[in-house]
Amino acid sequence: MVVTRNRRQLLAIGAGAVGAVVIGTGLEVGFGRGVAWAAPNDTTDLVKKFTGGKEATAGPLKVVAPEIAENGNTVPLSVMIEGDLPAGRRVEEILVLADGNPRGGVARFTFSAEAVPEASTRIRLAETQNIVAVAKMSDGSFLTASRQVKVTIGGCGG
Amino acid sequence: MWCGGAIAQDALEHPDWQGKGFAPNVPDHPLREIISGLAFRTHETKAMQSDDFNNPGFLAVEEGAALWSKVDGAAGKSCASCHQEAVQSMKGVRASMPKWDEKQKKPVNLEQRINICRSENMKAEPWKFGSPELTAMTTYVGHQSRGTPVSVRTDGPMKPWFDRGRQLFYDRVGQLDMSCANCHEKNYGKFLRADFVSQGQTNGFPTYRLQTQRLVPLHERFQGCMFDVRADPYKPLSDEFLALELYIAWRGLGLPVETPAVRN
Amino acid sequence: MTNVKPRIRLDRKDIKKGDTIEVKALVSHTMESGQRKDKDGNTVPRKIINKFTCTMNQKTLFACDLEPAISANPYFHFKLKPQESGPLIFTWLDDDGTRIEATETITVS
Repeated sequence: MVVTRNRRQLLAIGAGAVGAVVIGTGLEVGFGRGVAWAAPNDTTDLVKKFTGGKEATAGPLKVVAPEIAENGNTVPLSVMIEGDLPAGRRVEEILVLADGNPRGGVARFTFSAEAVPEASTRIRLAETQNIVAVAKMSDGSFLTASRQVKVTIGGCGG
Repeated sequence: MWCGGAIAQDALEHPDWQGKGFAPNVPDHPLREIISGLAFRTHETKAMQSDDFNNPGFLAVEEGAALWSKVDGAAGKSCASCHQEAVQSMKGVRASMPKWDEKQKKPVNLEQRINICRSENMKAEPWKFGSPELTAMTTYVGHQSRGTPVSVRTDGPMKPWFDRGRQLFYDRVGQLDMSCANCHEKNYGKFLRADFVSQGQTNGFPTYRLQTQRLVPLHERFQGCMFDVRADPYKPLSDEFLALELYIAWRGLGLPVETPAVRN
Repeated sequence: MTNVKPRIRLDRKDIKKGDTIEVKALVSHTMESGQRKDKDGNTVPRKIINKFTCTMNQKTLFACDLEPAISANPYFHFKLKPQESGPLIFTWLDDDGTRIEATETITVS
């Protein structure tokens, strides 16, 4: 029953490689150049709805989550702005999506001018997938960031 | 392309449970070092347990505190009527459970102790095993022992129960023909599929599990383990699980109580 | 778990204008996703906290719309830079219309 580490390494490397493809090309193409990015669920549609079809660019937005979740049912997640935003721009909302869950929606945070654009919560992830965050800025522009979280099949009723 | 895999591999190559235990101070102990299950968990899970506000198990501690002073039953009493402040009166209680009960002529664990008090002294209905109330009260009372080293008695009338527990720990059961020892003695610190196996210590129970997202009492976890090896689990609060609880508590002699712990 | 009060922790309640208050909020809730089946194979109906807000003087300072992908016993950690003193009102809204509320008063000088 106890799997040797070699086999697990192979699995981890495999998952990492797949993730790299998705993040490296999929998102960039999907958000950057308007080409359809095939999320397995409604994530792509939810992003479009949120941005009104506008382009979301990479920027100081950051998604923080463990690389490997201890259990997919409770995964700590933070979204934040790392570094400075251009003067006069602030984050109004951050939409968080999970592209491998039955449905993409996770949370939508709303920040007033009296809040720091940063929030943490705990989320459910059905399998290894990307967490996608899109921030709506006060000037109508959008930022995006993503992070892959590996969700493994537990040995003990996991 | 190799980057993600390389990081994952690296993280797994350096499990930080090593050196986190201590040598047992009784002769003939089966473990070279005794290690809390916390040492086998990830940085994120440890962080969740280390801050009493981040630890969702404290929802049950607070519920238990509210129940502690709630009058229930024909005698018109609450726990506080006899035991006053749990912070003082319940300190250390959890660490020495299960304990011999002269009236019952058998060892009782914390859940049973609470229910004996309810039926005999409060004249109230005992709470069902697994009910939010019993689990919350067990968590609240257990929490008063946080930091106290586990110190169960295994001599005198407890001896046959201890022996029975040891036998259950090493008996292979179920379609997978596995014993507790197969995982928790021979293979702790290794991966069982994707789970990092602990010594199966009991010092954190009831435990907030990330999987179920609620407090899980010890005998429910026992049932889960037996189910996983395709065995027909014993009933919660059965003599079998009581004997096993006693024996496994002994395997963790000296471990500080962590109730409510956070586990995967 | 009906008699549980929400848990709120502010790292401080007395601040100077421009300072940041860290808020942690936790409430007991199963967050039934609507995708789980019971042992008879019937879908358990969705019942979640769908909205969390932190308001002061009728202004929303921080809010979150929650989906079933939020874990049970929803937890939030966020930071405020309040410009005025007063009660911070925390509200959790359940699918069934139930509201859970908590208040913490802060002073900004």
